[in-house]
Parts: sequence; structure tokens; C-alpha cells
Amino acid sequence: MSDMAQKDTDKKNMDKKNVGLFVTCLVDLTRPSVGFATARLLEAGGCTVHVPDSQTCCGQPAYNAGDKVDAQALARNVITAFEDFDYIVAPSGSCAGMIREHFPALLAEDEKMSARAQGVAAKTYELMEFLHDVLGVSDTGTTFQGAVTYQDSCAGLRELGIKEQPRALMAAVDGLSLKELDDGESCCGFGGLFSVKYPDISGKIVDDKAEAIEKTGADVLLGGDLGCLMNIAGRLQRRGSPVKVRHLAEVLAGMTGDVPPIGETKE
Amino acid sequence: MGPRELILGNIAKSLKESALSPSSRQEIETRLSAHANNTVPRRGQGENEAQTALFIAEAERVNATTERLDGLEQVGEAVLRYLASHNLPGSVKVAPHPLLENVDWSKHPTLDVARGRAEDSDQASLSVARAGVAETGTLVLHSGPECPTTLNFLPDNHIVLLPQSQLVGAYEEAWEMLRGDSNAMPRTVNWVTGPSRSADIEQTLLLGAHGPRRLHILIINDKKTT
Amino acid sequence: MQSTSRHFNSNARKGIADAKLQAALSKLSHGFPVKRLAAMARLPEFEALRDDARDIKEHTLANLGTYLEIYEAKVLESGGHVHWATDAADACEIILGICRDVDAKTVTKGKSMISEEIAVNEYLENNGVQPIETDLGEYIIQLRHEPPSHIIAPAIHLSKEQVAETFRGEHRHLQTGRNLDEPRTLLEEARGELRRKFIAADVGITGANMVIAETGTSIIVTNEGNGDLTQTLPKTHIVIASIEKVVPTLEDATTILRVLARSATGQEMSVYNTFSTGPKRPEDLDGPENYHVVMLDNGRSKMLGGEFHDMLRCIRCSACLNHCPVYKAIGGHAYGWVYSGPMGAVLIPGLQGLAETHDLPGASTFCGKCEDVCPMRIPLPRMLRSWREKAYAARLGSTKARFGLAAWAFLARRPSFYRPIMAFGVGLLALIGRRGRFSTLPLAGGWTASRDLSAPEGTTFLSQWKRGKR
Repeated sequence: MSDMAQKDTDKKNMDKKNVGLFVTCLVDLTRPSVGFATARLLEAGGCTVHVPDSQTCCGQPAYNAGDKVDAQALARNVITAFEDFDYIVAPSGSCAGMIREHFPALLAEDEKMSARAQGVAAKTYELMEFLHDVLGVSDTGTTFQGAVTYQDSCAGLRELGIKEQPRALMAAVDGLSLKELDDGESCCGFGGLFSVKYPDISGKIVDDKAEAIEKTGADVLLGGDLGCLMNIAGRLQRRGSPVKVRHLAEVLAGMTGDVPPIGETKE
Repeated sequence: MGPRELILGNIAKSLKESALSPSSRQEIETRLSAHANNTVPRRGQGENEAQTALFIAEAERVNATTERLDGLEQVGEAVLRYLASHNLPGSVKVAPHPLLENVDWSKHPTLDVARGRAEDSDQASLSVARAGVAETGTLVLHSGPECPTTLNFLPDNHIVLLPQSQLVGAYEEAWEMLRGDSNAMPRTVNWVTGPSRSADIEQTLLLGAHGPRRLHILIINDKKTT
Repeated sequence: MQSTSRHFNSNARKGIADAKLQAALSKLSHGFPVKRLAAMARLPEFEALRDDARDIKEHTLANLGTYLEIYEAKVLESGGHVHWATDAADACEIILGICRDVDAKTVTKGKSMISEEIAVNEYLENNGVQPIETDLGEYIIQLRHEPPSHIIAPAIHLSKEQVAETFRGEHRHLQTGRNLDEPRTLLEEARGELRRKFIAADVGITGANMVIAETGTSIIVTNEGNGDLTQTLPKTHIVIASIEKVVPTLEDATTILRVLARSATGQEMSVYNTFSTGPKRPEDLDGPENYHVVMLDNGRSKMLGGEFHDMLRCIRCSACLNHCPVYKAIGGHAYGWVYSGPMGAVLIPGLQGLAETHDLPGASTFCGKCEDVCPMRIPLPRMLRSWREKAYAARLGSTKARFGLAAWAFLARRPSFYRPIMAFGVGLLALIGRRGRFSTLPLAGGWTASRDLSAPEGTTFLSQWKRGKR
């Protein structure tokens, strides 16, 4: 390699964004494929992906249950594990929203952590917005044959303002056609622990959502938040619906051939 | 300690313990006497004729009917025509308003005109609006010896005379007109936007809940005379 | 009324199983929210007006004592009276006192949530004064002895057949064979019945959407005109207001009115916005001779400046109910008291005590839609979370859920324990969940009651990544 070429490579590596992948506990434990899809998309976008081994959970379940002490402890853990990266990216609007919108308030009275929480919050992104807004990706170069519909994550939509980014990325996928949901901005009834603490109410809300999804005539439901997707997939399957469910990252990373839809087996 | 002192004391205590920053009494008095406008929608702004067109469009959107008249001399005829078109008897309870005193009712012997407040038996009333607000097609009426409030609510058919010169863009302008009339508020100021309605049964929108079933607005071109 | 908030879960199940209620709620989703969006689209200044409205209320609340004193002085100046009531019992007693002073037999009422909050109907009835609700929806639920299920559409839970049955039972002097098949005929019957009552009433009671310090004015907002007949025909007009309703000027009230109807029903403006100042003037031909304002606190002065302070900006528009997935699943009666939806879930624990009402703030998905649509930009989810923190600290709620959460947090705080335990767990689940999902699973009954649970892939992301998989 010539000196010139060596310099170019060095410069490229220096320019490379160091991204800490906050994979989220649900993806880590139940659907690693979403994590690999995310890593693949970030690397294709020119990032160096780091996965700190000490990550567990963003603390949202504790925070939403009123358990502030545990939520604060988990937030400190996330901050310590991730604050040295240029960016923190999560394939979830809900977890990214927790870090970006709630950590600063949660740790506001912690003198040592308050500024660090704000620092981490300022560089945390949900995957689709990071790809589209920060990396400037407009086309992931993938193909997916089929009619899909899309469920926005409530936290992604209303806490982070993510609406156009996933749609822009889907529009660039060859073969994919999007059929929007009626009352598409409404919640699917997941709500984390809400879904198990108030199963009747959650079940009713997700049933309405499943009905709206079936009405679109789409073959596949896509979304950006595994919690919502597991909830909806579970209800669609209980209804005997043919609609399959996937995280959008799997489609964008061209991994749909490697992994069956949520709650399905390979055959 | 009486309830008044108790409540005001609790308020003072809560405010003192809070991070809220109160204004001085002087600042508050100044704010009140300035009664400045907040954001005023641009929609109602424009020439009087454009405002009139907007007023009519907005009022009709909410099921009022409108009619433009060239002068007061056409009022009697318009009232008669309106009553006939709804198969109503030729009688109307009229506000004892100076403007309506200028109408020559004697030209319409088939129209029975009574003046005063409304009674339950009155089927139609005629009152005069202090202002019309183009923004939403809203009438501004107020109580007084010349304009009893019952006329606006008891009869099934409410006819309102609105001089075109009294048409403004925004509600704020109507407040300024009222402030110019008197130092004190009348007992009642009514903003009326369309006829009475309810959707309380199965969310089905129905006109004529407790107030008038119909609202008819006569916009008088009073430009020539003023 | 007796609160049933402690039975929230069984109330909710009842609501979900009630087909008529579900039909009404599904109609609601396609009604008010759609009209609201259309009205917003016609008014480019809507967001600026929301900011103004919030700022007006915040300024007023920061100076609440001063504005209330100025308001009171103006009411007195215009010939009215102001009575201060620290709680519901005080307010009821004051209202009864005024009714007795004029020897009232019947009282007509405009729709008022404060009146529901203090349960004045029951009190008047028990003391020989007959209160008659005149808003169509309120009239129907009064005949049925029910609380409102929605703050602006109180009878939204009822079908026309249920209303017809109620009218047949109550209006016994009318022909038994009459046709009551359509909303129109029901409305006409109510209009006829109430017309006589408006005229006969000795006292009219209304609420107040706002009161204005500059002029000593109270405002009511209605579509039916019932509030106006209520406050114009009888000799005495009583206004029940609460301390947070005050705004400085007519212009400030105007700004709030611009966002109120649009947020509530999607109307550009409600049909009747009525501004009342004092009793009739001597030369007026109609109007009440006496004008009384009952100014209620009922815990609000203590909310001021505290963690629930923002709730004092609420203008009771119902946008948060109309957009709430939980409200739309269970209806208003599930909340067990006079308020419902997100605003009710914030208010009720403060008024009824958290011990029996903690499920109300508990039952939210935190989807954020309520805050998104609130014209006064009230951070409802934040306040619901505040109640959850108090409930957690007081150890209220299911011990199973608490235990599960504590165990999870214990592990999640200790990555070196968490990792192997979770890896073992997901491996096991993947093994028994080879079908791809579970339709039942021990300890996951809450989930699997209404949906399948997808099985984990089998190996955690972190362990695979560590082994070099990409």
C-alpha cells in the first residue's frame, strides 16, 4: 500500500463513527437477529460498531413502574457503558426515548451524573432516524417483495418525532409497497409491564390494532420496536391471521431469508 | 379563619414554597388595563367585503342561513318571506332596538309585530347583533333594555339583524367595540355560532336541542347611510 | 357519588364485554379526533394559540391569589356575590343556603363537572330541593342515576334504545305507544319536557369554563343553549366555579376559547359562548335578579406549585379521553368516579386517595397521545408516573408484579449475574418453544390470556457477538 493510500485508510478510520450499539434487552434475549441486522446496517453506513458487554436494560420498566431507585441505577449503568462513543444507537424508539428524553430528568438531582446523562442523551438515536438523519442513508439497496403496513412506535413517534425516516427507507426498498394503517398513530396496547398487569385492556387494544392491520390487506407488518411487534404478532397469531410480523431492520438489512418472522418457525 | 382567608392563605403558602415567580401587583394591574391581544388568527383579517364573504361562509358551515339586504326598508319583507318559507305564522317578537324602530312595519299589515322579551309561546324573534365576527361566522349579542337575552334562546326561530359595518375579523375587535360602548360589561354577552345542537344521543348531530332550531342572519348593507 | 375506582379492573372488564359501549367507543374514535384534525388544519395559528393558552394559565396560576381577589372585587362591583368553599361539603351547604333563601323548589342545571365533583344534586335532593339537569346527556344520566362516562358527552355509553327505555320509564304522563325509535324523537321529547322545567325553575345553576378577573365575568360554553335558558329564566343564577378557572382578561379568555372547542369536538367554536357579569341591570327586560358565585378549592390550592400543578391548566376539553387507547377500550365508567381518561387518572387519586385508586395511573401505556393533543400542553404521562412512584413507595398494587420487577432489576443491575442466568433462561425457553411461540406459559398468563408469546431464538445477541458472529 502506498503512503498515500495508507493515509486515506487512516483518515477513513478516523472519520468512521464509533457507534455504541444499545441492542435492548428484548432483542438481546429474544430476537438477536434484529441486533445483527442493526449492526449490519450501521457498518454499511460507515460506522464502527461497538457492543459493550455490560449493557442490560435501559431501566424503563422500573421507571414506568414508579421504581425510581432501580431505574436510576440502570441508567447509570447505561451511561457508564456508552458515554465514550460518538453515538449511541438502539433499534427501538422506546429505549432510545428512555435514554434521550428521560435520563436527564431521572438523574437531574444526581450531581455526579446529571451532566453525563445529558451528554449521553444528546448523542442517542433510534436506528431509523440515525440511518436517515445522521448517516444520510436514503437507500439500503435491499429488495423485499410484498405489501407491508407499518406500526409506529409511540415513543419513537411522539418522544423522538420519528415518522418520515422509516417511510423514506421503506420507499427505497425494491418490491416493497406500503399500505398505511387506519388510525396509524394509535398505540398497540403493549406499554411494557402494562401488557401483563392489565391483560384485558391490553388485549382489547391490540385486538383492535390487529383488526386494523388485517384491513390493510398487507402481508407483513413492520415496525421499529420489538415490544410492540411481539405484542401485535402474538395477537395476530391468536386470531389465526396470515399477516407476518418483522422488525424493519431485518428487511432493510436483507435478512428476511435468514430468520423467520416473529413467533414463526423456519418451515 | 373563614373559608376565603383559608383558601387565599393556602394559595399564598403553595406559591411561596414553589418555584413559580409571581408578578408585582403593579404589573398585574398594568396587564389588566392593557388587555393586550394574544395570537390573533389571520383568517378574519381583510377588507369589509372579504370579511362579509368569510362571515357568510363560516356561518353557513355551521347551519345558519344568511341573506344580504340593501337597507332597513327590506327587513319587513325579508322577515315575512322567511316565516312563510318555513310555514310559520306571520308573527314575530322584536327587540325594542332603535334600529328596528326605523323599520316601517306598517307596510306589512300581515306581519304581527310585538316588542319585548321572549315568552315561551313566541315562535320567532328578531334581534340586533352588536357585531359579527368573520373568523367563525359568530354573532355577538348582548343584554340591555334594547336587546333582551330571551329573544336569543326561547323561540324556535331566531332572526338576527347584522349591520355590515359591524362586521369585524376577530373576537378581540368585538371586545373593543363593547369597551367603547360602556365602562362596564352588560349582564350577558352571547357569542352565537349557528343554531342550537346536540350530539348527546349516539353521537348523532341534531339541530335544535334547547335553543333555536334555526338561525337566520340578515346582513344589512348600511354603508350608504354611514 | 360513591367511588368504584378500587374495582377498576372488574369495571374495565365489564366495559370491554359491553357490546353497546364498544360500539359507541368505536364511533368516538372516528368522530371527535377526526374533526379535531380538520379544525386544526384550517387554523395555521393553532400551535401558537396552544402556547399562548398555556402561558396565560401559567401566569395566572403564579398570581392566583391576586387574580382571585381582583375577580371577587369585580363581581361585587357588578352586584353579584362570591362565596368561598374549601371543600365539597362547604359548597353544597352554600348552594342549599342560597336555594332556601329564595324558597326554591326546583333548580335547573347547566352541565358542570364541578357540580359532579361535589355531588350537589344528591345533597339538594336530600334537602327537599329538586335539581334538574338540562344538558341532554346529563338529563339522561340523571334519570338513570349514573355518573357521566365522558366529561363533555356524558351519555356517550348509551344506545338510543337505552335512552328510549329510560324516557318511557320516566315520562309516564306521555302516551305509551309513542314512537321513540330515533335520536330526533328522543331529543324532541327531552326538549318538550325540559322546556316546562326551565320556565318553572326558581334557581339556575351553571358551571364556569372560565372566570375573568378584568370584568368579574363567568363563562359557559354549550351547544344546546340549555345553559343560557338555565341562567336567564330563573330569578337566581348560581355559578359553581373552582379557583383555577380564573384568567386575567377578555382577550385571554378568547384565546383559550379558540383552542377549547377545536380540541373538544373539533368545532371551530361552540354554538353558545356566554359571558355573564352580575345580575340583570334594573332596566333589563329579562335575566336573573341575583347572581352568586361559589368559588371552590377542594384541594386545588395545595396542588399549586407542586408536582401536579400543571393539571390546574386543564380546561376539561376531553381531548385526552378522545385519544386515549385505554379510555377507548374500557369507557369512562371503569374509572369509577366523575372524571375519566388520562385527566381523570391524574385527578382522581388526589381527590379520592391513592390507596383505592392506584390502578388508574397504573393503567396507561404511556403512549403519550394525551399530552400530544392537550391544548394546554399538560404533561399527563409525567404526572401519571408521579402517582406510580408514590404507589410504588407505598407498596400498593400486586405483590407478584412488584416481586417480578424487583428480581429483574436486581439482575439487570448486575451484568455478570444477569448474562449467564438470562442465557440459560432463553435457551430453555427456545427449547420448549420450538413451535416458534407459546399459547400458554407458566407465569406468563397475563400475556398469553389474549395473545401468543413468541419464543426466543435461543442464544443471546451478546454471547453470539462476543463469539464473533456478525
